[in-house]
Amino acid sequence: MPETATAEAPAKAATGGNILQVRNLEAWYGESHILHGINFDVNAGEVVTLLGRNGAGKTTTLKSIMGIIGKRTGSVKFNNQDIIRTTSDKIARLGIAFCPEERGIFSTLDVRENLLLPPVVRAGGLPLEQIFDLFPNLKERLTSQGTKLSGGEQQMLAIARILRTGASFLMLDEPTEGLAPVIIQQIGHTIARLKKEGFTILLVEQNFRFASTVADRYYVVEHGKIIDGFSNAELAANMDKLHTYLGV
Amino acid sequence: MQALYAQLLVGLINGSFYALLSLGLAVIFGMLNIINFAHGALYMMGAFVAYFLLNLGGINYWWALLIAPIIVGIFGMILERTMLQWLTGLDHLYGLLLTFGIALIVQGVFQNYFGSSGMPYAIPDQLKGGMNLGFMFLPVYRGWVVIFSLVVCLATWFLIEKTRLGAYLRAATENPTLVRAFGINVPRMITLTYGLGVGLAALAGVLSAPINQVRPLMGADLIIVVFAVVVIGGMGSIMGSIITGFALGVIEGLTKYFYPEASNTVVFVLMVLVLLVKPTGLTGRAA
Repeated sequence: MPETATAEAPAKAATGGNILQVRNLEAWYGESHILHGINFDVNAGEVVTLLGRNGAGKTTTLKSIMGIIGKRTGSVKFNNQDIIRTTSDKIARLGIAFCPEERGIFSTLDVRENLLLPPVVRAGGLPLEQIFDLFPNLKERLTSQGTKLSGGEQQMLAIARILRTGASFLMLDEPTEGLAPVIIQQIGHTIARLKKEGFTILLVEQNFRFASTVADRYYVVEHGKIIDGFSNAELAANMDKLHTYLGV
Repeated sequence: MQALYAQLLVGLINGSFYALLSLGLAVIFGMLNIINFAHGALYMMGAFVAYFLLNLGGINYWWALLIAPIIVGIFGMILERTMLQWLTGLDHLYGLLLTFGIALIVQGVFQNYFGSSGMPYAIPDQLKGGMNLGFMFLPVYRGWVVIFSLVVCLATWFLIEKTRLGAYLRAATENPTLVRAFGINVPRMITLTYGLGVGLAALAGVLSAPINQVRPLMGADLIIVVFAVVVIGGMGSIMGSIITGFALGVIEGLTKYFYPEASNTVVFVLMVLVLLVKPTGLTGRAA
């Protein structure tokens, strides 16, 4: 597979190779068994997208990696450290950051407080000027209540706040959901730029056209398992299969 | 007129205790989602710790203001770690019953050793005496209680609404899972928050010791009114609980002057009215 990303990502992906290794990951919400043995890898500096229908287990996969699903088994290795039994606050401190589907903007915090909320976990996060450079809207609205922002601005805030923390592995859960095409484009540019900066990104997307503009590789999730995987170069050849998987 | 001012002052003093206690309840409810029925017992413990410090250790009032909230706060944090934390995610009723049980046990233990009558706690020398304000005579200690409580309430408000630590608290009140996924040790923060709320109750206990005497049931009598205050003000709001606390103290005081027969019930009448008109309380958010 042409993982050119590693070549362009000098600073943060210096180690190259495997940054995340998920093996036989199973997870439960209460009594319901959601993940039935997920296996995949992410290499440093890559953008990897999990595709799949609603309810396939994509979000649960991200949440299990982040440690916020109560019951999970199998193995999740981040930089060769197994984190399957680690609590989410410690996982965050290893350099993994999560941007949830519902965005999780806090209504009792203003935009500045929302932006500064996640503590810096290690050196190397983007400085604020650079974040405002990526998301100029936010700078204008620092004193607004977090949830008074538009959907697009909230999404930008949700991404922006995890960029300053020094986490180099970002998990974005459907960042384009419910947004206008022009905003989706802006988020696409942002992801491309983050990749250039050396961030590794694990993306969950329903919007397959959007994913194809940013991803290096894809995995298809169905019924709590990874059923297929291919690189961006192999995308055209896999189009038919993909349409069947996703039912589009 | 003198009598009116005197009742206003009594109202302000009671209001100080209402504010300190309902503020602690609001902080605890926000973070732990627990209606802390043990609050009155912990307030009583604050007064007793001050009493012990003075009579057993010779440690004066000023040190007690600092030490008693810390000791009772630590006791509260032990309660949280060993019992309350297991109630996360359960119905409010469980927390209410557990803390009610804790209150009964704590009060029972103190009653067993100290009976029901009060023990005196002297006003510290520096705060003895009074001032003639022209229109009324102000005992210095009572003025101190009002001002000091107000300062503590505003400092707590500032801590929660204006600082970075407060931003963590507010965010964790909204979405503890996500805050934890940002790398913040939320369970530890919850324990410390309970300690803070309990510490405020103990501080109120120390403040009240020279006024109301130190009695095992001093909190049980007060806490019922404080819960009415909290219902009126609404559980969710910090500033709301402070303002409502002082305001209801004053309203009670005024009622004592204008219609003394109703002074014990006025708070509850207001509570009923508020519940009928705005069940979430005057400043509260929907739970």
